[in-house]
Amino acid sequence: MSSLEVKLLSEHYDKPEFQGLEGYKKHGGYEVLVKALKMEPQKIIDEVKASGLRGRGGAGFPTGVKWGFLPNNDEPRYLLCNADEGEPGTFKDRVMMERAPHQLIEGMIISAFAVKSHKSYIYIRGEYDEPARILRKALDEAYEAGLLGKNILGSGFDHDMDLYRGAGAYICGEETGMISSLEGLKGQPKLKPPFPAIQGYLKKPTIVNNVETLAAVKYIIRDGADAYRKYGTEKSAGTKLFSISGNVVKPGTYEVPLGISLKDLIFDVCGGLKPGRKLKAVIPGGSSAPILTAEESLKVNMDYESLAQSGSMLGSGAVIVIDDSNDMVDLLDVTLHFYHHESCGQCTPCREGTGWISKITHSIKNGEGTTKDIDLIKNVAEHMMGKTICALSDAAAMPAISFVTKFRDEFEAYVNKGVERRGEDAHA
Amino acid sequence: MSKAFELSKEGAELVKKELTRYETKHSAIIPALYQVQKENGWVPPESIEYLAGLMGLPESHINEVFSFYTMFNKVPTGKLHVQVCTNISCSMNGGRELAKKLCERFNVKPGEVSKDGLVTISQVECLGSCDTAPMMQVNDRYIENLDFEKAVQALKEMGAQ
Repeated sequence: MSSLEVKLLSEHYDKPEFQGLEGYKKHGGYEVLVKALKMEPQKIIDEVKASGLRGRGGAGFPTGVKWGFLPNNDEPRYLLCNADEGEPGTFKDRVMMERAPHQLIEGMIISAFAVKSHKSYIYIRGEYDEPARILRKALDEAYEAGLLGKNILGSGFDHDMDLYRGAGAYICGEETGMISSLEGLKGQPKLKPPFPAIQGYLKKPTIVNNVETLAAVKYIIRDGADAYRKYGTEKSAGTKLFSISGNVVKPGTYEVPLGISLKDLIFDVCGGLKPGRKLKAVIPGGSSAPILTAEESLKVNMDYESLAQSGSMLGSGAVIVIDDSNDMVDLLDVTLHFYHHESCGQCTPCREGTGWISKITHSIKNGEGTTKDIDLIKNVAEHMMGKTICALSDAAAMPAISFVTKFRDEFEAYVNKGVERRGEDAHA
Repeated sequence: MSKAFELSKEGAELVKKELTRYETKHSAIIPALYQVQKENGWVPPESIEYLAGLMGLPESHINEVFSFYTMFNKVPTGKLHVQVCTNISCSMNGGRELAKKLCERFNVKPGEVSKDGLVTISQVECLGSCDTAPMMQVNDRYIENLDFEKAVQALKEMGAQ
């Protein structure tokens, strides 16, 4: 294990017994819930605000601030755990749910108590059959032990929690898409405002938080906001579980403090690249994050601000490491095929745009493109940004623009090869 | 007239229970479609009409949900539904080549059912197991860190010829 890793949330992930209630309790499980149930709910919200915790699913919005948007009345409200992990490259939520289902449940009960919610759902992606099975068992155990249901641990607080299984739609990871799906509709996102905290599931106030975010709440309440802030940077506090894949020696899920350099993450924590290979590029936050060149990658730190400054984003913390054996036109083709497939079809710029840029990229790869087509990808993508109900359109446009801009020579090489074959003018 | 479809008695009971489990009856549509697929292997068009009657919901609502989500099989699949991930991290590690070679090995085109009815091979998007690329999902099970031989071996153990 690298000395740069910090095992806060993941301390016991290597112990199989941590999956069951008994084993979980052996390692302090549900002790923080006991503490939290004796606190003023507002005090928990204040502590989470003070900790600087930001949403770990992709958007990075401050969690305590989100909770603070709920109306200050007795209207019923819902807590939804976003376990619809689907951003290509991301798998840390799956690891968390498989290794530590009770950690998530405990974090959720504490969060529900703080925001005064009596009903929560874990919305899990349909493909995650194994994690769903593990979570169902953990929920049953929690009910049996009086940790869920009426009058939890004699506190007078009631809370019911259920698991809802999606059925294969990336868009349901978007919070309003998830709400539509849970309501039994097509998983199409809704216009914001109203934000879910005001009008969400069944038009009731709803908080949607990611698996990792809710699990982290437990540790903020256990150790206090100041202790949590010891990890990370001023504006990106705490630890983060990164999903690292691609061309590294040791791909996997690693918990490190936010602000670690990407260079250390790749070369120290993940054992570097395979022998004889050179770093070509890194996608630092899931396949929708703008790609970084090798040079940019070696200078950037893994926190929300540094990545934004470098023109990319932290996203879900899915780091895809790309070495010099890869063809960037091919990788963009794979990426855009995905976003085109997953567009829900509501908004024209996304429905049409994702198809266009995917088809143009594909035709360049097949040697049928022209130089103008390279510019056309960028032009269409630029018109897809900020024009739709949700961020899927931007999620396709960002890789398209960054790949074409930063690796233009590779796109040109394909065009020239095709032109040579056909004997035409490249600029025609 | 299409052939009538019916769930097993237990299956129908389960769907009825799901109807009262959530705040709205509509939330039971996804679980009901899963039940149809579990019993039948895929979701035939006539099952939509059946569910509408069983659940007291408009057929159009059930159809809308059915057609939106990719996990509901619109056509019959083989006994082993082999879904090879070909998204970015898997493609970087040979996922597409694996899918192609498996199609050749089992003599099927992507999405087609093999002649013996045992195997369907599809290419799918990210399954959230990128550190074990390439990988595939066979029915509900993830099989990871694959190469061609290992994939064939696993499928044979599950009954493929």
